[in-house]
Amino acid sequence: MIELRNLSKRFVTADGPVEALNGVNLTVNDGDIYGIIGMSGAGKSTLVRCINMLERPTEGSVLLDGQDLGALSKKEMQAVRRQVTMIFQSFNLLMQRTCLQNIMFPLKLIHTPRAEAEARAKALLKTVGLPDKANVYPAQLSGGQQQRIAIARALATNPRVLLCDEATSALDPKTTQSILELIRQINRDTGITVIVITHQMSVVQEICNRVAILEHGAVVEEGEVSEVFSHPRAAATKALVFPDMAAGEIVSTGYGQRVRLIFEGSVTIDKPLIASLAMECGIAANILGASTRTIGNREYGYMLIEIPGGPDELARALNYIGKAPNVSVQVEAEYGKKEAAV
Amino acid sequence: MNQFAMAFTPDKLEEAWHVFLTEFPLGLWETVYVTVLSTLFAIVIGLPLGILLVTGDENGIRPMPKPLMKVINVIINFLRSVPFLILIVMVIPLTRAIVGTSIGSVASIVPLVVAAFPFVARLVESSLRELDPNIIEMAQSMGSSTMQIIFQVMLPESVPSLITNFTLAITTILGYTAMSGAMGGGGLGKIAINYGYSRYKYAVLYLAVIVLVLLVQLFQTVGTRLATRLDKRIKK
Repeated sequence: MIELRNLSKRFVTADGPVEALNGVNLTVNDGDIYGIIGMSGAGKSTLVRCINMLERPTEGSVLLDGQDLGALSKKEMQAVRRQVTMIFQSFNLLMQRTCLQNIMFPLKLIHTPRAEAEARAKALLKTVGLPDKANVYPAQLSGGQQQRIAIARALATNPRVLLCDEATSALDPKTTQSILELIRQINRDTGITVIVITHQMSVVQEICNRVAILEHGAVVEEGEVSEVFSHPRAAATKALVFPDMAAGEIVSTGYGQRVRLIFEGSVTIDKPLIASLAMECGIAANILGASTRTIGNREYGYMLIEIPGGPDELARALNYIGKAPNVSVQVEAEYGKKEAAV
Repeated sequence: MNQFAMAFTPDKLEEAWHVFLTEFPLGLWETVYVTVLSTLFAIVIGLPLGILLVTGDENGIRPMPKPLMKVINVIINFLRSVPFLILIVMVIPLTRAIVGTSIGSVASIVPLVVAAFPFVARLVESSLRELDPNIIEMAQSMGSSTMQIIFQVMLPESVPSLITNFTLAITTILGYTAMSGAMGGGGLGKIAINYGYSRYKYAVLYLAVIVLVLLVQLFQTVGTRLATRLDKRIKK
């Protein structure tokens, strides 16, 4: 279990001090795939580097199974770093070494006997699906393949925690999928705890079970992925979950009542809700915007509609929509009033 | 100009050829071993110093006290700015202390090393600074010690660049040997000065220059090929 307690990091720059992290509290349980998401500059990279003490926190502590990492000696910290390994956006392979030598690198650091290290590295090459690349140099590999070698290297010392710092940000969507699949598979097979730092919503949706949203160095929202994504509360979360809606103004006809329909894990929507609302109730709702996502085979998201007419029509519409399974309804801002940013 | 043209008459050329056959083999040998030995010694001192310049920097992997780094930098800059001809004279006491004399090929190694090691230190520094800082961070994240980062990451990853820079060093030092030849050292420089400058035998001078140029070409070609062959980033 990893606990971050009131973690703060201040950088002193030419323009004065910058608070990269501001009192972060997080708990990551064993076996979690924990996503930490935020826009660039939110402090994600600093946060992940505090977990393995590449950056020393200015205040607060990092506890690994109750052990305060800040209190460790340099030697002890080096040992911890073999238990908490890391993969990077730019892969960071040693370009002058073969793939096998790259994977053996962390083992060489602890003077593992050569034969043993080689056997382990070869087994890991199989795990990451590149058994034939042992004697190939990284320059000959694609980005996705390089990240696979980096993952194998990070696993060489049998770590308990894998930190992924924007590990798929330099990869195309298809390769990203396959790398995420690999990470999930390793998590399933070994029970390794994974902390995923990303700015991509899709990455969190794809593999994480829990997520924390970071903004200006602070956690603004935290919880189960499905919960956080279906009921985003913080503005930063909404901006991440529904980037298309947050960006622009919603065009309104200027009349009627706004209603937000929230889809909370509807397996499928059996009938076209808005169309049937029109046909069965005679209410022609105006769709202002919608954003839905598939998370774990269920639909999450919302739709913002405008119900023309007065309170009567609104009541009928709410009654009708309320009958649909797994859809909840929220009446938005007052009649005719322009809504604040979502 | 007339005098210059007269230096290349058939009998002068024949005389130069005679000097070429009798004195050049020893001169070439002296130049080569003085160059190679000086480069080696300069690397022995300059390589650790260059590593220190990078690792001991305030943003390096093992920051050293700022005053110490300042002193090292000032010494390097000082030695780099003294003209080599003057440096030869300046280090005569040191040369005498080490070699016993300040005259001859062996003695010329001392000023050459003194002039070259700060140069090599800067070259090593620039080679190591080329390395992607993310690679260093990766090594730290894997629990590497400072020494492991230096010897298992920084140096091996910089080999092609280091060889390229050492090639630059050896060709520069070769040029310096010709200068030290004029100041009591041996080798092709001495022959060129003795015949060409003191006795107006320009044909000998030009022959010496041609041999020196060929030598530089040889060192450069070998160095470049080696650096390319050893660079695993290049797809072959």
